Amino acid sequence: MSIAAPTEPSGAGQPTPVADVAGESLLRGAWRRLRRSPLAIAGAAIVLVFVVVALAAPLLAPYEPASTQWAGLVTPQSVPGPATDHLLGLDSFGSDMLTQLIYGARQSLIVGVVSTVLGLSVGATLGLAAGGFGGKVDTIVMRLVDVLLSIPSLLLAVSVAAVIGQSQLSVMIAIGVAQVPVFARLLRGSMMLQSKSDYVLAADALGIRRRRIVMGHVLPNSMGPTIVQATLALATAIIEVAALSFLGLGDGDPAVAEWGRMLVAAQERFGNDPRLAVYPGVCIAITALGFTLFGEALREALDPRQRR
Amino acid sequence: MSHRAVTDQTPRGEVVLSVRDAVKHFPLTHGIVFQKTIGHVRAVDGVSFNLHRGETLGVVGESGCGKSTLSRTIMGLERATGGSIILLGDELVGLKEKQLRKVRRNVQIIFQDPYASLDPRMTVGAIVGEPFDIHPDVAPKDDRRRRVQELLDLVGLNPEHINRYPHQFSGGQRQRIGIARALALRPQIIVCDEPVSALDVSVQAQVINLLERLQDELDLSYIFVAHDLSVVRHISDRVAVMYLGKIVEIGDEDQIYEHPTHPYTQALLSAVPVPDPELRGRRTEIVLEGDVPSPANPPSGCRFRTRCWKAQDICAAEEPPLKARTSSAHLSACHFAEELDVVHATQ
Repeated sequence: MSIAAPTEPSGAGQPTPVADVAGESLLRGAWRRLRRSPLAIAGAAIVLVFVVVALAAPLLAPYEPASTQWAGLVTPQSVPGPATDHLLGLDSFGSDMLTQLIYGARQSLIVGVVSTVLGLSVGATLGLAAGGFGGKVDTIVMRLVDVLLSIPSLLLAVSVAAVIGQSQLSVMIAIGVAQVPVFARLLRGSMMLQSKSDYVLAADALGIRRRRIVMGHVLPNSMGPTIVQATLALATAIIEVAALSFLGLGDGDPAVAEWGRMLVAAQERFGNDPRLAVYPGVCIAITALGFTLFGEALREALDPRQRR
Repeated sequence: MSHRAVTDQTPRGEVVLSVRDAVKHFPLTHGIVFQKTIGHVRAVDGVSFNLHRGETLGVVGESGCGKSTLSRTIMGLERATGGSIILLGDELVGLKEKQLRKVRRNVQIIFQDPYASLDPRMTVGAIVGEPFDIHPDVAPKDDRRRRVQELLDLVGLNPEHINRYPHQFSGGQRQRIGIARALALRPQIIVCDEPVSALDVSVQAQVINLLERLQDELDLSYIFVAHDLSVVRHISDRVAVMYLGKIVEIGDEDQIYEHPTHPYTQALLSAVPVPDPELRGRRTEIVLEGDVPSPANPPSGCRFRTRCWKAQDICAAEEPPLKARTSSAHLSACHFAEELDVVHATQ
């Protein structure tokens, strides 16, 4: 907004030119509250570490991923543990554990972000259509979403994998599609609520067109819960990738390091070498916790009750 | 007793709003995909009145009597199901959306909840200035900021606060922002939907005084919807009492308050707290029994008969029309209308 030199109000008794008194927007207020919340900082720190590790995997990892050059050291009874050249030891295929975990972070980030963006964009579009148009459009869209919701996400993943083959893409589509109803319902619900508020009625009375009311007032005020849900959905997606891999529905390429599949591989050796399962398990848990903490803190920071 | 003389027959201005038999029924539907109408909620069921320039018409009644629906129907925010609403010579009922939008800028609304009525994401300047985006004829673009600051000044806000957000203001200040927004398009009528009910008593008085000052300065007509009878008496020139979607009694402020003839009005007035302990003993206290019947299935004849101590057979058989009934010239919808001296709180 371009604000020209302060103008004088017409009213008498205001002789001096007025200066602008800065206001604090909602987003800025949320940001201030977020910075003060220890939970948000903890969550953000975990998320940041995760993202940096995922992005910089080739720089951080000591070895090439899925290199099985130490396979000879793995015996049916035991897997070599931590040593100076392998800080976390080897995995059951004879690859360096630390390298696999670092590349696993990259895999989780890709699948998590892509599937969440997919679910968010499709779901939010449906929710926007339902909440914005209302009436028949709302009824039709929401019944479609209900149908989607009635299919268990696991079954959906199996079906998607069956149709387009077992690949990274099918995992992302399956997880994304499972998120669609959540986003659609959430956005529609908050839009319905905002549509009934007095400021929307006031805008209507001023002669503002429906489209401008929806896009300019209703939608911006309805996005908070959806943004929070997207953060939480990242955590869910990371867990679901692991779950689908664990069930053998993940990426078919064994060269791709993936935390869920590392858990599967660790199963047979759990009695002798529990660390094989503990490392990827802890990675999944901490990452999911980071996103959840950050999401919850975001929810609190955006809460309208905090503004008053 | 009244601060306004009974002979206060100031010549009324022209009629700015004429409502005839306005009806707003909401369909009650059954089923999700294949909807079937199984009845109607008769929120407003045949309401007629005129509003003159510079006048304040108070509308009172208990929750659910249709006051708010009436005010929204007058503004075209809810489409009337029947009747006629003539605003400055234009019929609103049956107008297309586009034409309606043009006509109804002459009526604006002030809401009850000063927290819900302002978009929390917009600065005060954007809120008060938004009407100018829609109707650029009112204020040319380069003049908007000055116009917004004028409006803020007019409602008693600091024009320096143009870049603040609603949550940085108190309830009373937020109500003033809502008033500034309502005034932006220079409307001739303002519907005040319980504008002070959510405010502290001390702030109520300030907002009421502001509304009265603006009325004098800008020659506004108000429809003042409220349930606080003392506030309504203070600000209104005329008062309409609503019960279950209908006006049961309408007249000048002193006629309604000093000489109520409808039993419902009398019961309402008798419930106003009396500050003077001497008067308190002398007043007639009328306690109504039962609940308001459902507006989806109102009683036959007179709608008040189920709770009225005067009810006879004729009340169930015949609906009493709103007409002059006693020596007081105002209109009342009761077969057995008679004046009753109810001692009341104000003045």
